[in-house]
Amino acid sequence: MNELQNKGGNGSRAGIEKQFAVRIANMNKWFGTFHVLRDINLTVHLGERIVICGPSGSGKSTLIRCINRLEEHQQGTILVEDIELSSDLKNIDLIRSEVGMVFQHFNLFPHLTVMENCTLAPIWVRKIPRHEAEETARHFLEKVKIPDQAQKFPGQLSGGQQQRVAIARALCMRPRIMLFDEPTSALDPEMIKEVLDTMIELAEEGMTMLCVTHEMGFARQVADRVIFMDEGQIVEENSPEEFFNNPRSSRSKLFLSQILGH
Amino acid sequence: MGQSGFVRKTMVPAAAPPMLEGTVIGWLRANLFNSWLNSALSVVFVTAVAYLLWQFIPWAFKSSWTANSLVECRQQIKAGFGEDVSGACWAVIRERYLQLIYGFYPADLYWRPNLTFVLMLIALAPVLFPTVSRKLLLFSCMYPFLGYWLLWGGSIWGVALVVAELALAFYLLSPLTARFGLLITIVGVVLATVLWWLFAVAPLQSLFHGILPLGLRAVPSNQFGGFTLSTIIGVTGIVASLPLGILWALGRRSDMLIVRSISVGFIELIRGVPLITLLFVASTLLNIFLPPGTSFDIILRVVIVVTLFSSGYVAEVIRGGLAALPVGQYEASDALGLDYWKSMRLVVLPQALKISIPGIVSSFIGLFKDTTLVSIIGLLDPLGLSNAIRADSAWNGIVWELYVFIAVMFFAFCFAMSRYSMHLERRLETGH
Ligand SMILES: Nc1ncnc2c1ncn2[C@@H]1O[C@H](COP(=O)(O)OP(=O)(O)OP(=O)(O)O)[C@@H](O)[C@H]1O
Ligand SMILES: [Mg+2]
Repeated sequence: MNELQNKGGNGSRAGIEKQFAVRIANMNKWFGTFHVLRDINLTVHLGERIVICGPSGSGKSTLIRCINRLEEHQQGTILVEDIELSSDLKNIDLIRSEVGMVFQHFNLFPHLTVMENCTLAPIWVRKIPRHEAEETARHFLEKVKIPDQAQKFPGQLSGGQQQRVAIARALCMRPRIMLFDEPTSALDPEMIKEVLDTMIELAEEGMTMLCVTHEMGFARQVADRVIFMDEGQIVEENSPEEFFNNPRSSRSKLFLSQILGH
Repeated sequence: MGQSGFVRKTMVPAAAPPMLEGTVIGWLRANLFNSWLNSALSVVFVTAVAYLLWQFIPWAFKSSWTANSLVECRQQIKAGFGEDVSGACWAVIRERYLQLIYGFYPADLYWRPNLTFVLMLIALAPVLFPTVSRKLLLFSCMYPFLGYWLLWGGSIWGVALVVAELALAFYLLSPLTARFGLLITIVGVVLATVLWWLFAVAPLQSLFHGILPLGLRAVPSNQFGGFTLSTIIGVTGIVASLPLGILWALGRRSDMLIVRSISVGFIELIRGVPLITLLFVASTLLNIFLPPGTSFDIILRVVIVVTLFSSGYVAEVIRGGLAALPVGQYEASDALGLDYWKSMRLVVLPQALKISIPGIVSSFIGLFKDTTLVSIIGLLDPLGLSNAIRADSAWNGIVWELYVFIAVMFFAFCFAMSRYSMHLERRLETGH
């Protein structure tokens, strides 16, 4: 963890000795005949925080779901920490255990307690002894500020609490990269902040993050780069200040005026 | 203005509830007579139940327990309760209940089915109730062999040889899988097991038995009957059809075309053919396919058919549960790096099975009641026995008493299953 923080933090800020987290080259994907992702090229370094935004249906979810193979791409290459995603199941499992994912609808396992949700994968995938896994889980549950709820079931928690448990569950695998797919858009306004705070804290510790979100405050505060997508393509890639103050493409201007206008 | 304001000057003290609250009349009013429709339904229902009891109770109690034939029964009832009274002749139950329970199992060996039954309850306990010690599960695994040996008897060596081979296969499973892969290992182990059963068990058994004859008196299958037989077929079918049904359900949702086609074909075949037909296949047709001279135990054949039949239905119920799970559950377990079997075992099946509990238990109750169909292929389950008893000249013409007894026994078993499923649903409730 510490090692990761140092490398990531310094690497991206100082621009020396950069390590690749994700490299996507000439990637295309179709759903049937529908060309959903078109010629995607994207490089993410370890420790970078990327925010992906764009209108509904532009392929943001599909893009980050390709990174841990919840969706299969048909053309081009995706490398995650120098492992190529192909149909090789071993590589897929390896990548999935290195990449954490947080979903819009939490997707906690309702039949397991919060603690069991957090220890399931460490015990069964990483083969960590149970007491050690529980130790880790308690550490991360404390970190996402859910103390004393470990024995409850997800159904007994509020939406914001559930999403923070979902973040803790992903962190318990000690991932090197975290993917977020609109983690706050299913939440009530007063719960959004508690989840965003958790994510900001994570970002400040140097976690590599790819985050699909419409929370522009979050993007301004933590993102190293903002990626704007439309119609399955990356239309603009920019620093947050540039993107918000001085968007280059007409589509991002329109999008920003709509999202910030109200 | 002076009129619109209000300030309470004296507080209202707590009062007793309205008179009827909490009394029998209050309850009746709230539950049975709270509307005109409800009142009418209540009256009709209560009248119908009262009428049935009015008919049944005198019949059940103005009865004879001691007679030795139906004719004697009728005489006793006439003498005791009056000329035109028709009462139940429970004497037939008194005389034949052992037969209804044990069939034609030798009377001096009744302790063996009894012991098997008690051991079955012990073996089921850790499976049904999580509070029971997990160590008992080892006994549960050994129980099928022990139960088989207790019921059918014979040399202990045969069972011991089968168990020894299975235990060896179990211990070699993970090293062999690591070396040859899962598929080859499973095929190899199944093949080795079948060959072992077919060619090695019999000669080795007679060899060991010659050295050290240990065993119980053998009881052939044609002496099995009554509720013992129903329970053997029903419980084995239930226990075996659940895992099989899970596999069919997973197979039907598999990405692999061959696996999916076989599963769909099997399930649709099973659901499209009546159980009776399959039982006839088991009792007669199989002999045509088997090499001449082999005898394949009829009870074993029926158990296999009933298991396969039930597994088809269980598979469809479980498939419904699998389909009802939100796709996010599959995605979350994939994203955590769980492989297919782990994600099925730890995430998907616990939830899918929980959703399917009522349907699964319905299938099991159906299976247990369907065991009475084996009387059609000549096995003496309780219904088959009731025909046999009627064929006895002493009891010729007796109908209701036997059916009431059989119905009560079946009801007790099925009701227990139903209650257990409700208990299970409540226990697994986690508030989502
Ligand atoms: N499994 C699927 N099969 C077919 N089409 C799909 C599938 N999933 C997504 N799509 C289509 O692909 C396009 C991109 O979907 P995606 O979910 O990536 O959009 P998004 O940018 O995440 O949108 P939103 O902001 O609404 O979440 C949409 O037009 C959607 O209808
Ligand atoms: Mg989306």
